[in-house]
Amino acid sequence: MLGKTAGSLFWMARYLERSENNARLIDAGFRIALTRSQTAAAEWKSVLVTAGVNQAFQAAHGDYSSARVIDFLLRDPANPSSILSVIRQARDNARTARTALTRETWEAVNTSWMTLVALLKRQVREDDLPDVLTTIRQQSAQVRGALNGTMLRNDGYHFALLGTYLERADNTARILDVKYYLLLPSVAHIGTSIDNVQWETILRSVSAHRAYRWLYGAEISALKIAEFLILYRQMPRSLAFCSERMENHLTQLQRHYGEETEARRLAHALNYDKLNAPIQSIFDGGLHQYVTGFLRDTANLARQVERDYRFVE
Amino acid sequence: MNSQEGETRSPYREYCGWFEAEDVARIQHKAVQAEALFRTTGITFNVYGAVDGDERLIPFDVVPRIISASEWRRLSRGIEQRVRALNAFLYDIYHRQEILRAGRVPTDLIAGNAAFLPMMMGLDPPGGIYTHISGTDIVRTGANEFYVLEDNARTPSGVSYMLENRETMLQMFPELFAKVPVREVSDYPINLLKSLAACAPPACGGTPTVAVLTPGIHNSAYYEHSYLADHMGAELVEGHDLRVVDGRVAMRTTQGYKAIDVLYRRVDDDFLDPLNFRPDSMLGVPGIWDVYRAGGITIANAPGTGIADDKALYSYMPDIIEFYTGEKALLPNVPTWRCSEPEHLREVLDRLPELVVKEVHGSGGYGMLVGPAASKKELAAFRAKLEANPGNYIAQPTLSLSTVPIFTKKGLAPRHVDLRPFVLMSPQGITITPGGLTRVAMTRGSLVVNSSQGGGTKDTWVLED
Repeated sequence: MLGKTAGSLFWMARYLERSENNARLIDAGFRIALTRSQTAAAEWKSVLVTAGVNQAFQAAHGDYSSARVIDFLLRDPANPSSILSVIRQARDNARTARTALTRETWEAVNTSWMTLVALLKRQVREDDLPDVLTTIRQQSAQVRGALNGTMLRNDGYHFALLGTYLERADNTARILDVKYYLLLPSVAHIGTSIDNVQWETILRSVSAHRAYRWLYGAEISALKIAEFLILYRQMPRSLAFCSERMENHLTQLQRHYGEETEARRLAHALNYDKLNAPIQSIFDGGLHQYVTGFLRDTANLARQVERDYRFVE
Repeated sequence: MNSQEGETRSPYREYCGWFEAEDVARIQHKAVQAEALFRTTGITFNVYGAVDGDERLIPFDVVPRIISASEWRRLSRGIEQRVRALNAFLYDIYHRQEILRAGRVPTDLIAGNAAFLPMMMGLDPPGGIYTHISGTDIVRTGANEFYVLEDNARTPSGVSYMLENRETMLQMFPELFAKVPVREVSDYPINLLKSLAACAPPACGGTPTVAVLTPGIHNSAYYEHSYLADHMGAELVEGHDLRVVDGRVAMRTTQGYKAIDVLYRRVDDDFLDPLNFRPDSMLGVPGIWDVYRAGGITIANAPGTGIADDKALYSYMPDIIEFYTGEKALLPNVPTWRCSEPEHLREVLDRLPELVVKEVHGSGGYGMLVGPAASKKELAAFRAKLEANPGNYIAQPTLSLSTVPIFTKKGLAPRHVDLRPFVLMSPQGITITPGGLTRVAMTRGSLVVNSSQGGGTKDTWVLED
């Protein structure tokens, strides 16, 4: 397989995952904005920071009104991570890697693009927003279904899945990075539970508020939420789950090509050294430092994959 | 579809029986479905500078164009003869130039031609093949009258439409194919692969590695490039995936550089090699020319083949065929006036309103004049251009092209068409896919079928014997 094709599959999957993650972030932000108008601006800001586009937003707009932020996140050409920009980049990458995709997968990506371009032609009214976000997530599910149901389990498949889990790990870590202060058991919080709406927002942005309830019952504690998002290996958006998958796909690639790679070694280190400690020791060492370190490690891993498999010259 | 006496021509008989029993609303509905199908598949072409979602579709008509087995036999014999002659001609003008010495084709036409590549002189392309893939544009004027309108040997496109049109028809009207015995076209990609592999260069050891070279996803024919690569199981490469390694052209794979034996390039000669051709080109591979010279790679079609598309040269095709095959041309040329010759120019200027005038290097229907459809002002403007640079033009009579039916809101309506069969050539022989791409002028009375000018396409059926 061409290095460029491998890179395009990896990035196609990253962009598709990003579009879904951003839709989830908007959803969570929108809920807070509706129910707590006094904290809406702060919440939107943290959504923008999580998506990595706060600076771009400030340069283009300034004040955090719901309508403006939502439009920026959905369709502003000034935002390289808007849903519209991201789906276009996903499709461009899919076109570049067209020969490595099944017809079903390509058509699912292309249909997603067509659907979202039509849906986001005009500014979305607030009462239409839930439907629009649902459509974005459904489109993403269709692509995943086609990929899963029709692709050969060869190198191309592993590059795509690697991209998916890398992007997802990055997204969950960013959410933690932006919200970590809410999870720090400060003096004032000792013995009290953290703000209900806030923790729900965190869990909603990874679509796991119900799963959490099933697992931990009514007990809502910072420690448990952090454990759930970082270490819980059954939760498909946790750092541990994503890291395990990354290592797995890199191992498969190694087997496919019969050649050991540095990327696989990095993924293994991430998976074993960082994600096997009890949650208390992560808190003791500093949650923020931990998350920042994780983000740095995944960025390094992404660069190493690019080098090992010659995505670019 | 109908003969001059108004009867249904025999190849259409079974189809017409089916059509008359069909509900028009159902066919209308299918036509809308077809468009959605094309969009989902992504058979669109980019319009440069257009915004998202403005990718265009080439209009597709649901009524097939039908050719009988005997008509096809005649056509394919003529096409084969023509392609053989073209390849022999290219070999000759890049070697001893006997046809020029014999005075059958004027030397100026070659030496002064921008598509002539002096660097190809004396070079033997692997297998002696120049025109690996060609498309011969054919029109019909009457029951048994076919004319060759144009030769396309540079980089003929449109074959993906031939294949997807059939695929779409099969999806929409499966029952039709049970009623009418239509010959398959779907083995084109595999024949293409075999044909290219049969032209592997001397440096190839083992099974030839074939790749398709595309300018990239923003090229208007990208869909076709990816389609062909995908269906051949060949890599689709761009210039920046390639470099010269150890005297071979190699592509960057996840496992390092791997040599390519045959490159089916969909970029023009000028852009192939920035070291040897256009220095500003980003589309090609620095040094590929030297590898080619040394027999390290096959380039299909061979560099310098574009000269065969020249419209002034076209007028000599009957002589060229006779010179190399010793036979009369089986398919006639459209009579052509070369405006470079003073008597011809005088006649063209006298009869301008009834003629079609084309640029000798033109393609895509640009820069041409259709006399009968032109306004006085357009005619005057074109007259001035002709007088200023007569050598740049040829003229042809407006043929009374036959029509085939298309499906419109008001039922079937006649439209003018042409036909581009696709021809593969290798040392093992010539393969012509039965049928080809039928292009339709979608506007009533129009003779221009080019997609860039609003032309459409339809499926082409060659019937089994």
